[in-house]
Parts: sequence; structure tokens; C-alpha cells
Amino acid sequence: MSTYYAGLLADVGILTLGGLSVYIILATGQLSLGNAGFMGIGAYITSYLTVTLGLAITPALFIAAAASGLIGIIVGFPALRLRGIYLAMATLGFGEMVRSFFLNLSAMGGSSGFHGMKHISVGYIWLWATGVLLVVMLLERSRVWLEMQAVHDDETAAGLVGLNATAIKVGAFGAGAAVAAISGGLFAHHHVYIEPGNFGFERSIDFVLAVILGGSTVGPGALVGSLVLVMLPEYLRFLADWRLAAFGVLLIAVLLVRRQGILDRSLFRRLSLRGAA
Amino acid sequence: MLLQQLVNGLTLGAVYTLIALSFSLVMGILGVLNLAIAELFMLGAYFGFTAIIAQLPLPVALAAAMLGSALVAVVIQKVAYEPLRNAPIVTPMLSTLGFSIILQNVATNVWGSDPLQLTDEVLPGRLTLGPVSISTMQLLVMGSTVTLVAILAFVVQKTPAGRALRAVAENRDVARLLGVSAARVTLLAFVLSGVMAGAAGVLIGMHYAVITPYMGVDIGLKAIAVMVIGGTTRIWGALVAGPLIGIAEVMTVAYGGSQVRDFVVYGLMILILLLRPQGILGGSRSEQGQRV
Repeated sequence: MSTYYAGLLADVGILTLGGLSVYIILATGQLSLGNAGFMGIGAYITSYLTVTLGLAITPALFIAAAASGLIGIIVGFPALRLRGIYLAMATLGFGEMVRSFFLNLSAMGGSSGFHGMKHISVGYIWLWATGVLLVVMLLERSRVWLEMQAVHDDETAAGLVGLNATAIKVGAFGAGAAVAAISGGLFAHHHVYIEPGNFGFERSIDFVLAVILGGSTVGPGALVGSLVLVMLPEYLRFLADWRLAAFGVLLIAVLLVRRQGILDRSLFRRLSLRGAA
Repeated sequence: MLLQQLVNGLTLGAVYTLIALSFSLVMGILGVLNLAIAELFMLGAYFGFTAIIAQLPLPVALAAAMLGSALVAVVIQKVAYEPLRNAPIVTPMLSTLGFSIILQNVATNVWGSDPLQLTDEVLPGRLTLGPVSISTMQLLVMGSTVTLVAILAFVVQKTPAGRALRAVAENRDVARLLGVSAARVTLLAFVLSGVMAGAAGVLIGMHYAVITPYMGVDIGLKAIAVMVIGGTTRIWGALVAGPLIGIAEVMTVAYGGSQVRDFVVYGLMILILLLRPQGILGGSRSEQGQRV
């Protein structure tokens, strides 16, 4: 495998984790346009732990995920007041604030970025990506997921049958933030250099795009979406200067033809049945 | 010094106001975030630049940019919004993002990725009032904004088309039952929004900014913040919030350092969303967002 393809594969793994972080929050009916903020928090905490404190990458990732999850819970509470597009715009503001915060954090390099991380292998990234994906797929078979779906479909009704909608929505924010932080930590140790600009609005949108394009009703949708998002521009290289325009056209076409995403429940079931037979 | 900053802030705020109005026309009436507005604004700047370089008079350049951006807005409405009208809000938002990518790429191929800038010679001259010095350009930016907002106010408040617009914003289904054509209103909202974004593009291109294919993203996000702070249910909120954010931004740059600028703007936006979701000028009716 060439370094070029290894780099692309690493990007797919990191984007899959980012997509899953949006997917978990979206499962409770909340759209977050600020997950790059959590990713940035994860990237900076992990890098601080490994470079400045000399910790190994795995415990550093766990600590960063826990810290970011806590911040996610703190953000999740005020988010309860907002719905739909208003929540989306508030999270967008949160993401931009985090980016701006790191821009001002001169202890971590500020606008000139931070480096010194040790490079990690593609295999390690995929270990995390598949691990988290499996956990999410197990979660999808659990009672908690049914409760999340209930809150997604009708929050009032879910509350009336005795579900704690507040805990479910805030918990989803925390879990999503933790997954985004892992994605950020891996990103930092794959590129071995981070700057606040890495974690801006475009990154948040990429996460959402991966989920919506791949399919927002099943966990592996994030993986499918990430594959498409990373690989499609590569296959369009023959178009040279018009590559991105073609990408935009294909993006709109997919949304128009399959608004539920490439992978939906019925397709997923068919594929997994064939695999079992 | 303080007065001078105030003038600079007002000029920047004027441009924010126009783009925020552009966002809020589509958002307030249809409930969708049209992310391609940032690129309509960018295109407006390029259209204006091309027209001015071609020695056309300023009003013609402004009109050409407004028309051009409005036409692109119509294409976006037909292709990216209308077929996805019943999908969850995130889907039309992403399809407009698809248009953003296309328009950025087209602009790069047509005008190149090198930043373009108009010289001061287009409209030289300064006006000095005591300690404050206003360039003719700044006066033009503010004057055009006030005129455009006045025209928009007239269209929305006094014409039958504007009444239909407000009716659909209030309640789409009831408006349709009463015989308002929702399709035509949607088209009108997109056209007006394109006109505003196009004009804002020309103005910022003439005032100080360098024109690049990616200039829309940063200012577009700021304009979303301005729209939220002003209130999304009443489009006039942008009139107050635009100058407010413009001044706040210029003041933080002057007295706090340019790095904290975005922190202040987005912090203010989140604060408003949490404490007063209907915005500064919004009424008592707080809009409940759609389910995602």
C-alpha cells in the first residue's frame, strides 16, 4: 500500500469517527454544526498530554474523550432550550468560539499551530474507527437506542411514558463530543501538526455531510459517507480544474435521488442477510 | 479616534446587514438555511469587479451584480431547494452547500484564485467632519445600504407580493388555503435574497476587502450570527444587529486585539439564542424550530 493511499485511508477513518459523533447526537433529533469544536478540543488535549506530559497515545485519547464528553454535557444543557435550525446555529457558534479560543491560546501555539506529536499508523486509526463503530452498532440494538429514537420522534410523548428526555439528549451530546475528541486526537497524531483552522465550520459540515450522504438511520452510514467524501474527489482527478464542481454536482444529485442517504435500513438489512447466507 | 472607529464599524455593519437580510429572507419565510448565500455574495463581488474594470458606471455595476446573483439564486431554488422542500431541514441545507462548492470552483476557474482588489481611484475623495474622516466610498456603502433596505421594506410591507411573503412566513398552509401561491412566494424570497447578497458583494469589494473565491465563508457565517442576534422571525432585526456587530467587531479589533473578534461575535450570538431566542427585535412569539 502506497503512502498516498494510506493517507487517504487514515482520512476515511478519522472522518468516520467525526461522522459517528454527529450521528449519535442526530439520533436524538439534535443537529450539531459544531462538532469540529469538540474535535479541536480532543486534538489539543491529546497533543498536550503526549507531547508536554509524555503520556502514551491510548490513555491520552481516553482522557481527552472523557474531558470533551464532559464539555459536551455542559454544552448539552443549554442546548435543551433550542430546537432544529436554532440549535444548529448555536452549535455553529460554539464551534467558531472554540476555534477562536485556540487561536488565542498562546500556550498551545495560537495561530502558528502546535507540533511535536509522534506519527501513528493507519492501522491504529482503524482500530479506533472500527471499535467505536462496533460500539455504536451494539448500542443500536440496546434499549437506550430505542429511548433515543423515542425522543427523536416525539419528545413530549417520550416524556409522558416516563423517559428522561433531558438525560437522553444531554447524554447523547456528551457521547458525541467524546467520539469527536477521539477523531481529533487521531487527526493530530496522523498529521503531526495542528492549527485552529483545522477545526472550523467546514470540518463540522464534513461530519454532517458524511452522515447524511451515507445514511442517517444506520451507524455504518457514516463509514459509507466518509468513503464517498474522501475517495470521490480522488476519482474525479481526471477533470482537473473542474473536479470540485463535479463533486458538488454529484453531491446534489445523491441528495436528490436518495435523500435518506446511500445506506438505509432496508439496504443494510439486505446486505447483511446476503453476508450471513 | 472613537468616532472614527464608529464610522468604520457602521460601514462594515452595513454590509453585514445586507447579507443578514439575505439569509433572513429565506430563513424567516421558508425555515431553511441557504448556505450558498455566502457564495452569491462572493459572486456579486466578482460581477461588480468585472463591470467596474470594464469602465461601466457604478450604478450599472451594482445592478448587474444584483441581477446576476438573483439569477443564480433562482437556479439554486429550482434545483437544490424545491425538490427537497419536504425533507428534514438538514437536507436542503446540504444541497445548497453543494452549490457553494460548485460556485467557488467556477469562480476560481473564471477569475483565478489570486486575490483581486479595486484601487481607490474608482471613487476617490474624503470628507472631513471635525475629527472624523469619511471616504466617499464609505458614504456610498452606507447610502446604498440604506436605499436598498428602504426599497426592500417597501416591497415587503406595502406591495401585494410582500403581503403574500409575510402570509407564508406566518403560516404556509393557511396562506395557501387563502389562495397565495407558495411556489411564487418561494421564488420571490430567493430572488430578493440574491439581490441583497449581490449588492453586498459589490459594496464590500469596493470598500476594502480583497476579492477571492473563498471570501464568502467567513463573512457569511458572521452574517448568520447577525441574523440570529437581530431575530429570525422579524427581518428588521438585522437593521439593528448589523451595525451593532460591525461596531463591536471594529471596537474589539481596535481595543482588544483582532484575535478575540470572532469569540465576541459568536459568544454574543449564543447568548442571544439562549436568553432571547426571538432576537433583539423579535416579538413575544418564540419560534419553535422544526424537528431535524
